[in-house]
Amino acid sequence: MTPAALRVPAIGDDTPELRARLHAIWATAPGWKGWFTTVDHKEIGIRYIVTAFVLLALGGVEALAIRLQLAGPDLRLMTPEQFNIFFSMHGMTMIFLYSSPVLSGFSNYLWPLLLGARDMAFPRLNAFSYWVYLAAALFLYTGFLTGNGPNDGWFNYVPYAERQYNPGLNQDFYALGMVLLGISTAVGAANFVVTAFKMRAPGMSIDRLPILIWGTLTASVANLVVVPAVSLAFFLLWLDRQFGTSFFRPAGGGQPLLWQHLFWLFGHPWVYAIVLPAMGMVSDGLPVFCRRPLVGYSLVALSTVATMILGFGVWVHHMFATGLPGLSLSFFSGASIVITVPSAVAVFAWLATIWTGRPVRSTAFLFFAAMILLFVIGGVSGFMTASVPVDWQLTDTYFVVAHLHYVLIGINVFPVVGATYFWFPKLTGRMMDERLGRWNFWTMFLGFNLGFLPMHLIGLFGMPRRVWTYPAEMGWSALNMITTIGSFAFAIGVLLFFVNVAKSWRAGALAPADPWGGSTLEWALPSPPAPYNFAVIPTIASRHPLWEEALDENTPRSTITRGMMLDTGKETVTTTPLDAIPDRIVEMPCDSWAPLLLAVALGILFVALLLKLWLAIALGALLVLGALILWLWPQRRLLEREPAHG
Amino acid sequence: MSAPPLGYLTSAGERAAAIVPLTWFVLAVSVIVCMVVAVLLLAAIVHPRGRALPTAIVAGDDHGLAWIKWGLVLSALPLIVTLVWTMAALGRVAGPPRSPALVLDVTPRQYWWEVRYDARDPADRFVTANEIHIATGARVLVRLHGGDVIHSFWVPQLSGKTDAIPGQTNLTWLAADVPGRYRGQCAEFCGLEHAKMAFEVVAEPPAAFERWRRAQLQTAPPPSSDAAQRGARIFQSHCASCHAVRGARAAGSTAPDLTHLMSRRLIAAGTLPNTRGSLAGWVRAPQASKPGALMPDQQLTGQQLGDMLTYLVTLK
Repeated sequence: MTPAALRVPAIGDDTPELRARLHAIWATAPGWKGWFTTVDHKEIGIRYIVTAFVLLALGGVEALAIRLQLAGPDLRLMTPEQFNIFFSMHGMTMIFLYSSPVLSGFSNYLWPLLLGARDMAFPRLNAFSYWVYLAAALFLYTGFLTGNGPNDGWFNYVPYAERQYNPGLNQDFYALGMVLLGISTAVGAANFVVTAFKMRAPGMSIDRLPILIWGTLTASVANLVVVPAVSLAFFLLWLDRQFGTSFFRPAGGGQPLLWQHLFWLFGHPWVYAIVLPAMGMVSDGLPVFCRRPLVGYSLVALSTVATMILGFGVWVHHMFATGLPGLSLSFFSGASIVITVPSAVAVFAWLATIWTGRPVRSTAFLFFAAMILLFVIGGVSGFMTASVPVDWQLTDTYFVVAHLHYVLIGINVFPVVGATYFWFPKLTGRMMDERLGRWNFWTMFLGFNLGFLPMHLIGLFGMPRRVWTYPAEMGWSALNMITTIGSFAFAIGVLLFFVNVAKSWRAGALAPADPWGGSTLEWALPSPPAPYNFAVIPTIASRHPLWEEALDENTPRSTITRGMMLDTGKETVTTTPLDAIPDRIVEMPCDSWAPLLLAVALGILFVALLLKLWLAIALGALLVLGALILWLWPQRRLLEREPAHG
Repeated sequence: MSAPPLGYLTSAGERAAAIVPLTWFVLAVSVIVCMVVAVLLLAAIVHPRGRALPTAIVAGDDHGLAWIKWGLVLSALPLIVTLVWTMAALGRVAGPPRSPALVLDVTPRQYWWEVRYDARDPADRFVTANEIHIATGARVLVRLHGGDVIHSFWVPQLSGKTDAIPGQTNLTWLAADVPGRYRGQCAEFCGLEHAKMAFEVVAEPPAAFERWRRAQLQTAPPPSSDAAQRGARIFQSHCASCHAVRGARAAGSTAPDLTHLMSRRLIAAGTLPNTRGSLAGWVRAPQASKPGALMPDQQLTGQQLGDMLTYLVTLK
């Protein structure tokens, strides 16, 4: 048989016979074997989403425990030790184990469908990325369950995290867990970047990408740059703790501020990484319910990228009180004020889309629209902290806690829940309950604002972050009680969401292919899509392939039902990075044990490192090596063993 | 309701005062922006022009771009004002005063504040803890030294936060216009009792401050009564390896200097009122009121505790 790369692909129609052939090639084996070995991006995406939602629930329960302890002054429901572990676990869970992975899940599921591709660029890497994420989550929660959860907040400042002040295993769990998680994030990001540039359907030039693609692509590029910084920081911390190095210990010539620079160099871009894809969801979802294309597509796409570029230059605004020289403070202050501009572009674009469209008030629309307001509230409070002298008062108070919850819940959770209502039919083939959806929305929206708007005031009244209790005479008691009540109301809202998901997944109304009248490619596919996504590779002629009739009659049309069949093997086509001109046919890997085995081997290695069991470390390293060899062993089917002729 | 002790929307000294109007300005801008967006959203949603799906598509990609244009133009003004005002305020409050009236070396430790009063003449220097006295109208330079982990020095009514970081010395300053007691608080998470790591700044008229300063320079008088003498011996054996009492043989430096313990309004770093009752409870079982504090519970009999208190209350 001619190697795929050298063949001229056959063009054909989307027929049932073709679909049957493709199904046989692409479907994952049934049963437990298929479950462990699948590399189907849709399966992996759903796993990511479900795992992230489980962690959202865990982090939420931790938050409720914290809120009970803070409901009134001088309460003793928790000891300071428990409180510190709980708030650290809550932050770590929400920021690292929920908000980024849930977006990876949606992007994993949706990207190939949006791009007109049959899978991600590296399907096995994709599976590996999920398994390592799961391993890291289990690793970190093992620490928590054995009483060794992180206890120094999610940003984990040294020297308190050093062994001298923190002798337990808590920080070792955190340090190694974060290095492990960093592997998952980094390989996932690489996969997204290559997928965005190589796996698009012919004709989907760079100016036709949905904004979700721009968001996740930008976030992924940023992750590739900054995740190494934090992995390094945690690795150095572990060396300090276990081998007596002095990277961060002043006694040995180290610098506590080095930790803060490495952490925030990562930490601030990370904040954008966990909101830009969610903003992309709104930019793509909201217009469908406004019955018009997004206003200012190019500006919104560019502002996504601009946010991240500026986002690399603002990390010091987390460190305004550390005694840095005034000149660098003014630079970072200026950059932090300027970064509001690209965010404002997105806000005005969404507002204009609603105002010039014909809004349809579905539950998804309500979540997307509410996100705009929450985004603005979280944005302006961030703008306040950008002003250095003001920040010297605001920083490390509950004002910042309120701010970051508006950012993370407003710009991550609300869009994600909206996106679930929007794409649930595509993921599961069933509609979510709209009536329960209204209850879900209003409970979450009102509960959240009841809980977190007054929190700004608690901050302005001077309550510091991370205190396990507070005296009655500080004037914070009533507001804290309101916040606790609001948090519980919000939690009930999230519970309603989970109930709706569970109920609709089992017995929701069956979904048509395109329940909302969407504009992008995924709505051209059945709900849920077939394992191969597209029976024929579509050819794209505009930004809104499904709205071409309605928008303009003069341009050439996208073709979705006729194109390259690529049905002689597990194949798809790659295209050029900017114009998406077909490039070559590529063989895609079949289901494989290698990703799971490598993840398990890494898990063993990291547990051994944690316990410093040298024999087990050697064994773990050998297992990793073995799994890598299994993975990388050249396969003739993937053209890895013989050079192509000619 | 009285003003919250750690609130910073009001101020009591020139450094904090330079920030208050800017804080109100950015707060007002923020509230207005939120309200405008909320109204625009509500107005758009309450009167939907569409009914149900699928509705015809509204054509035209460029339709609505004016929103972005005018939105950015309108946003630019408050942003520029904020930027300029921020730089101006920063210039006023950032630098430490050239010729401060008073220089303090503050070393925060888990979970209390060591305060050294610097002076040209070594005989005028002294150490105290958790209560800082200053004269009204005086600019006070504070040199922050890292003791163990990172802490942050914050007196909202007088000054914003500055971290104390091991391995470096950070400078900050404060000044009070009005006599009064201003609460300070550790503002960087530092461990189990980060919550109960407060202090007070007492601003008094220059004459009163001078009287206080002279009193602080005194060493502790020798105990006179039998009970106080017994108490001093117990103090020597139980407390002196950490605490110092100038004039006695106690010279520990890992816990607050107690030479003038009874001159302070609060004990345990702003946690308890300085009464005989709470002092007794604190000495006997610090972990009960401040779990996680590094001071161990003292195994004292009732008699020993009584003697010790008799001694402690002589430390005026």
